[in-house]
Amino acid sequence: MSSIYEPQAWAILFLPLASFVIIALLIRPFLNQRYSRLSGYVTIAAVGAAFILSLLVLKSTLGHEEPIGWVSHPWLTIGDLEIRVGILLDPLTAIMLVVVTGVSLLVQVYSQGYMKGDPGYSRYFAFMSLFTASMLGVVLSSSILQLYVFWEMVGLCSYLLIGFWYHRPAAAAAAKKAFIVTRIGDVGFLLAILYLFLHRDTFLAQGLNPFDITDIWAAALVLPAFAVTWLSLGIFAGAVGKSGQFPLHTWLPDAMEGPTPVSALIHAATMVAAGVFLVARFFPLFQESETAMHTVALIGGFTAVFAATMGLVMYDIKRVMAYSTVSQLGYMMLALGVGAPAVAMFHLFNHAFFKALLFLGAGSVNHATGTFDMRYMGGLRRHMPITYVTMAIGSLSLAGIFPLSGFWSKDEILLEAWRGGGLVNQLVFWMALAGVFLTAFYVSRMMFMTFHGTFRGGAEAEGHGQGAEHPVHLAESPWVMVLPLVVLGVLALGSGYVANPLGDLAGIPAHWFVEFLGGHAEPASLSLAAVSTLVALLGVGLAVLMYQTRTLSPDAVGRALRPARELLSHRYYLDSLYEGVLVGRLFYRGVARFLDWVDREVVDRTGDGVGWLGRNLGRGLAPIQTGQLQAYGVVISLGILAIIGAYLVFGR
Amino acid sequence: MMPERLLVLSAVLFSIGLYGVLTRRNAVSVLMAIEIMFNGVIIAAIAVSRYVAPAALRANPAATGDAVVQMVLTGQVFAIFIITVAAAEVALGLAIVIAVYRARGTVDVTEVNLLRR
Repeated sequence: MSSIYEPQAWAILFLPLASFVIIALLIRPFLNQRYSRLSGYVTIAAVGAAFILSLLVLKSTLGHEEPIGWVSHPWLTIGDLEIRVGILLDPLTAIMLVVVTGVSLLVQVYSQGYMKGDPGYSRYFAFMSLFTASMLGVVLSSSILQLYVFWEMVGLCSYLLIGFWYHRPAAAAAAKKAFIVTRIGDVGFLLAILYLFLHRDTFLAQGLNPFDITDIWAAALVLPAFAVTWLSLGIFAGAVGKSGQFPLHTWLPDAMEGPTPVSALIHAATMVAAGVFLVARFFPLFQESETAMHTVALIGGFTAVFAATMGLVMYDIKRVMAYSTVSQLGYMMLALGVGAPAVAMFHLFNHAFFKALLFLGAGSVNHATGTFDMRYMGGLRRHMPITYVTMAIGSLSLAGIFPLSGFWSKDEILLEAWRGGGLVNQLVFWMALAGVFLTAFYVSRMMFMTFHGTFRGGAEAEGHGQGAEHPVHLAESPWVMVLPLVVLGVLALGSGYVANPLGDLAGIPAHWFVEFLGGHAEPASLSLAAVSTLVALLGVGLAVLMYQTRTLSPDAVGRALRPARELLSHRYYLDSLYEGVLVGRLFYRGVARFLDWVDREVVDRTGDGVGWLGRNLGRGLAPIQTGQLQAYGVVISLGILAIIGAYLVFGR
Repeated sequence: MMPERLLVLSAVLFSIGLYGVLTRRNAVSVLMAIEIMFNGVIIAAIAVSRYVAPAALRANPAATGDAVVQMVLTGQVFAIFIITVAAAEVALGLAIVIAVYRARGTVDVTEVNLLRR
């Protein structure tokens, strides 16, 4: 029997939600002047309690093969269709709960230091609570409609938080971009839900509810193949938007405009993980369609390489990280596409820790230098040793260097792709391997530019506007910021061992994580591990040559590969394509101009016409109204006579 | 019985009244003409009642009490009702005529055409 009760599971969702309500309705309006620190404490308490409950949930799900599903509660009834809400608790949910609440908790602690003195302090924590609650809602939902509601709430919160400093035009624009671009993917998700609704008869005939997630799994075997394919692709479209996969990745790097802890939360645990989680959640559906699986694998593999190349040339430390996230999410999608959801979740699990670590580290660096531009950093390892060490752990983990966590999951992904067989799997394997090289290079470049060499002046050297706001003070950040870094650093070191590919170790059975999630673990391949490590080391080595020993001048390389460099630093011109051609030309000049014409010439003309008609009709008929009652009476009498006459002549 | 003659009388009275309503310019005369029209209607109601009641009684020989009253007296009750209403209507109409006279100094209905503007 499970030792967890339904109210406890609901509490995980409602604690952060309650925190949002308390901050938004009580603290912010009444206590904001003197006690705004309170909102931070409330958030930490709520998320902390949720974290502890999540651990309990994880503990109780251990050893359960079947998902723990409580009977869901009726919500709406449409005709013969009942929409229900409830909690679906399976190993996937349990892992995600721990990741979301854990990372969120650390980010909230860190935010205490990072957001100190910000006028929007309470608003920030209110949104953060809501953001966490929404993501927990996505993870816990037992019905696809319920999931969709929380899914959109995640989108809304990301909008609110990316645009947190809304007085900065760039932040407002980035928030809008994030909202609109992800919405394009959400249309696909919504269409998938409507498609389910259209096929409700098939479901009801089987005694299944078309919106219930477990019933959708069951129905994947019953529905016609094309229906499964379209459903999967629709759901995947939603995931592409949220997880920043090609071609909807453009919003993620811009999302850097939000406060750094928000970026950490978005990139590690909440927003982008939602997309991967969604595909993993509906994996039994995807599994039934080869087309959908290949699409997922190819898009994932392509994104992994594509985003990594853009990370090579960025100077903004957070943008490097952003492209790295896009690329790593590509790896997760790739793993899903080659049929290994457990491995994808393993990578998500590890990635959550080291990426949160890297972002919080970047925030710490920004706290000291006042800038995000790596050209004005350098030599920081002497001033911020703890940040340096923890970020080095995170970077090596990201690069996939043995024995850090990223190595284990990346290796498993490569292994699954390699073992998958078939043309598509072979293709994505090589993509993934290329991604390993690029990742190792750009992350090492980032480390060398930031922490090695000599300091290049920070915000004062950058010299535009922000310098006055954030003075340079080269020192380690306060302990509330360093503590989460250290905790995450330990996790980034060790989280890989939950999978234990090599054998029983420290009481954790081999392949525990993967098998817990219902995956079949491939035996580790030493040769493949050696190859991937070699490739990663090559990447690191190249970065050493270029940015540490300066044997190869980056400028010279840049000049030599000028066209490629131009292409990359313009992000493949995709933003220009979307904003200039699609939005500017096609939308503004095409659609908008056409609609403007329709509005002016058709809609307005119709309105004017109705007015003209009424006015002139009235003018024409006005003389008939003489005001002479007797004249009216004559007409009425003659009319009655005419009706009676007509009745007599034509009637009966 | 000869309901036709009564109905012809009724129609003649109604038409005379209608002619008066449509042609007289004095508001008081118009009211009087309306009274004539009422009387035409009353005669028609009583005539039809007198004509219909025996047939109805024959069709329902078992009818008693209220049902009989309803069959026999409907037209007469209508007549009394119309007379009552007509009296009230004349009182109201004359009051309006006086009010119009006070306001505009005339009782010529062709002069009372404010609504046109």
